[in-house]
Amino acid sequence: MRPAPVKSSLTTPDLAVISVDGLAKQFGRFAALRGVSAEFAPGRLYVILGDNGAGKTTLLRCLAGLARPTRGTVAVLGQTDVHAVSAQIGYMAHPSLLYDEMSAMENLRYFAGLYDIRDDATCARVIAAVGLDATLARPVAQYSQGMRQRLSLARAILNDPQVLLLDEPFSNVDAHSAREMAGLLTRMRDSGKTILVVTHQASLLKNAADEFVWMEAGKITRRTATLQPMEAQ
Amino acid sequence: MTLIAVTRATLFKDLRLEWRSKDAINSMLFFALLVVVVFSFSFDPNAEESRQIAGGLVWVAFLFAAVVALNQTWARELRNQVLDAYRVSPAPANSLFIAKALGNFIFVAVLEGLMTPLFIMFYQLRSLGPSWQLIPVAGLGTWALVVNGTFFAAMSLRTRSREIMLPLLLFPISIPALLGMVNATTAILTGELSARFWIVLLACYDVVFTIACLLLFELVLQAE
Repeated sequence: MRPAPVKSSLTTPDLAVISVDGLAKQFGRFAALRGVSAEFAPGRLYVILGDNGAGKTTLLRCLAGLARPTRGTVAVLGQTDVHAVSAQIGYMAHPSLLYDEMSAMENLRYFAGLYDIRDDATCARVIAAVGLDATLARPVAQYSQGMRQRLSLARAILNDPQVLLLDEPFSNVDAHSAREMAGLLTRMRDSGKTILVVTHQASLLKNAADEFVWMEAGKITRRTATLQPMEAQ
Repeated sequence: MTLIAVTRATLFKDLRLEWRSKDAINSMLFFALLVVVVFSFSFDPNAEESRQIAGGLVWVAFLFAAVVALNQTWARELRNQVLDAYRVSPAPANSLFIAKALGNFIFVAVLEGLMTPLFIMFYQLRSLGPSWQLIPVAGLGTWALVVNGTFFAAMSLRTRSREIMLPLLLFPISIPALLGMVNATTAILTGELSARFWIVLLACYDVVFTIACLLLFELVLQAE
């Protein structure tokens, strides 16, 4: 029997932007996700927490359409075929998803083309939004890890997505830049975007997050409005 | 979003990356040069013998060298998992395939352009048949190599030993094309037979496998 979904701590139900029902993902004998059921409302910022191997990244990959569920369904913006709404999804992975040999602008110009965005101004705007210099000509290979992370975020928000899926956006980013990135995410949430952030640095989003989703051994174990309850345990 | 626009953007991106790194071209050139020199000194053929063996020698050298380029072109997409950025985008899968195949075609064509004078010099080659027919043979033969090579390189992308997997998949399926290329080239060089049958065979092979690859590529791209 399918486990009942863990109830959201939020009291105002909205039409879900993301619905996950009985989602299971097996890698050989290893079950990365074991019957995850959840709904995520529009215009909210969710922080997904859990130990390594809890299934956070696999959940994001399933939502992005990069991993096919073994069982269960995923619906994003009402579509069970995630690729049909891929223009409305922004995805940032743990690796940078950038070409090391190209500059920031060259990278974003190429990825913008995949979303039918033809103007350099959009690329320059998102590069500036993450605190980088769009005129920087050096290749990404010469960037610091933090700069790569910020450029990776710029790539994810390039298409102005309705749903933003971010896997460890703050790793290796200095405290000041991380706060700026958190501020950017807050502004995006305020403009109506739905944002799911997998992070081990939840304190950065302590005030910005609408809900904290706790995962353990491939399941969502609880959803809380604040970071406190789990920390207290 | 047009197929052509994304194909063009991806092709130019690949050409730019290759221009900066020269990974594929350098490896291919080095490999092909080794084959030319080693075989030249090993056999030391006269002009008549050269005409008989050159077709096989040239195309085998290009096939082996092309494998190097084919592995390189997808290896780029694996670094930093950039391929995932393409997979989550709404860009058509076939744009990526066509761009990669065209890019590989250009790389192998450049190699052929650079190596052919060396082959002619080392093997004292002079065509006795209609030498203009070598142009369609080269074009169709190169496309036959790269279209399947690009497809199978993508297929073997997620396997542990993809450098071994690619030749294992590619060489058997390329045998009809290789026969066509070698026999057409030999026929033109010796002038003894018409190369028309082999050219038509190559054209048919290209059409069939290009369509098959285009139909199947999305499955390969979205495979985990």
